[in-house]
Amino acid sequence: MRFHRIAALFMRHMYLYRRSLPRLMEVVYWPLLDLLVWGFITVYLAQYRQNLPGFVTFFIGALILWDILFRSHQGISVSFLEDVWAKNLLNLFASPLSPAEYIFALMLVSMVKLVTVATIMAVLAWIIYSFNIFLLGVSLVPFVLNLIVMGWTIGIITTALILRFGQEAEVLAWALGFLFMPVSAVFYPVSVLPRFLQTIAHYVPASHVFEGMRGVISSGVFPLSQLMWSSGLNAIYIMAAFLFFRWNFNVVKRKGLLVRIGE
Amino acid sequence: MFEPVVRVKELTKVFKSLKAVDSVSFSIFPGEILGLLGPNGAGKTTIIHMLIGLTTPTSGDIQVFGLDLRKRRKEIVQDVNFSSSYVSMPNSLSVKESLKVFARLYKTKNREKKIQELLEAFEIAGIEDKLVRNLSSGQQTRLNLAKALINDPKVLFLDEPTASLDPDIADKTRTLLKSIKKDRNISILYTSHNMKEMEEMSDRIIFLHKGQIIAEGQPREVIRSFGRANLEEVFLKVAREEEI
Repeated sequence: MRFHRIAALFMRHMYLYRRSLPRLMEVVYWPLLDLLVWGFITVYLAQYRQNLPGFVTFFIGALILWDILFRSHQGISVSFLEDVWAKNLLNLFASPLSPAEYIFALMLVSMVKLVTVATIMAVLAWIIYSFNIFLLGVSLVPFVLNLIVMGWTIGIITTALILRFGQEAEVLAWALGFLFMPVSAVFYPVSVLPRFLQTIAHYVPASHVFEGMRGVISSGVFPLSQLMWSSGLNAIYIMAAFLFFRWNFNVVKRKGLLVRIGE
Repeated sequence: MFEPVVRVKELTKVFKSLKAVDSVSFSIFPGEILGLLGPNGAGKTTIIHMLIGLTTPTSGDIQVFGLDLRKRRKEIVQDVNFSSSYVSMPNSLSVKESLKVFARLYKTKNREKKIQELLEAFEIAGIEDKLVRNLSSGQQTRLNLAKALINDPKVLFLDEPTASLDPDIADKTRTLLKSIKKDRNISILYTSHNMKEMEEMSDRIIFLHKGQIIAEGQPREVIRSFGRANLEEVFLKVAREEEI
């Protein structure tokens, strides 16, 4: 074992961090998210430990629903990366395929992936924890649809950013979805958050879904207003994501970046 | 005289402060192989990418089949195809699966028959179930060319199709391309760094240097105009920036 060879490899990785903002951000990104999510869960449990009805139900339901959002996001961004890694992107866009058709195809892929994942998780949760996701009743369908649409929105934006900033931005395919986790109130109610994060959470569609889910489980009331908020925000955001993707695609073609990422 | 299938007028591409393509004009005629050559950074690949709509020109006009590429790209690329040694087919799919994907993209009629025909023409029928990532570079090139013919294109853009191939496979590929051109009367825009190959393949060549056309004509005419014995010598003269 020779130190100079270890040092050479160590330098090889340090060079990357020195000039790559996304990689540098990654160093603080995950610990910060962990700290926020687990910190707020702890606050929630400490505040409400006396009267938390069926918190296992809350957590498992939240976990399955969050995974639906995450898979929906990844279904788009990771499928896009498959084309980048395969150096196949130029062949695709040299054909009559339009950017919108490409995105719709990835949405379909993500749908198939998450139906499979959600089914497996729901069955396992039932077998292992006797948790029945269908206790959310009819509200389950609009909840899930809203999470899928929010995942697609994040996926479309991630794809646009990777097109624009290249390989360095690939980390977003896994990371961007998690950015919304602390303000989506997945495992704790919005009221646990500090005031400024509550305001942000109000404009995050997933926060309304998770608040609604807790409402159904604890009181059995259909959360119409939460669903209206979630659907309205999602409709605006996905339209904006499509417009952003289209605008960005034209910029990428003008700057010659499509070719750079495609070869 | 036939009408050109591709007509390029004063095409320019500027990347920040670099003029990659500088007011280039040329035409490609039916059934012609037009060779695009020049040193690295001359603008060859950028021109091909603009011709297929992967890069937006800074200025200038591109007409294909008499249609404006900016406005009618979707119609145009239905009858055009592209192959580059730097672009691959989906490497986790089999040879046949990847051709099926592109046959759908181009809405090829009688897909199964067409794919079988191409697999046989490019001698890859025996490996149709092999994954793309397990193919040799010669097999990958043939697969790329098979994909480039999946829509029976009238115009083919080939960016260094024989790069990274050994001399034997490169020779077979050239023979194949010549027979395709003869049988199907396809117009081909061809780039290569192999000057002998350019002389052999091209009906006409365009010599680019720093984004500008510095010579154009039949290979023999261009060689004569530079007072050299072959294209290799012309290339070296230009690349080393002797007096042009």
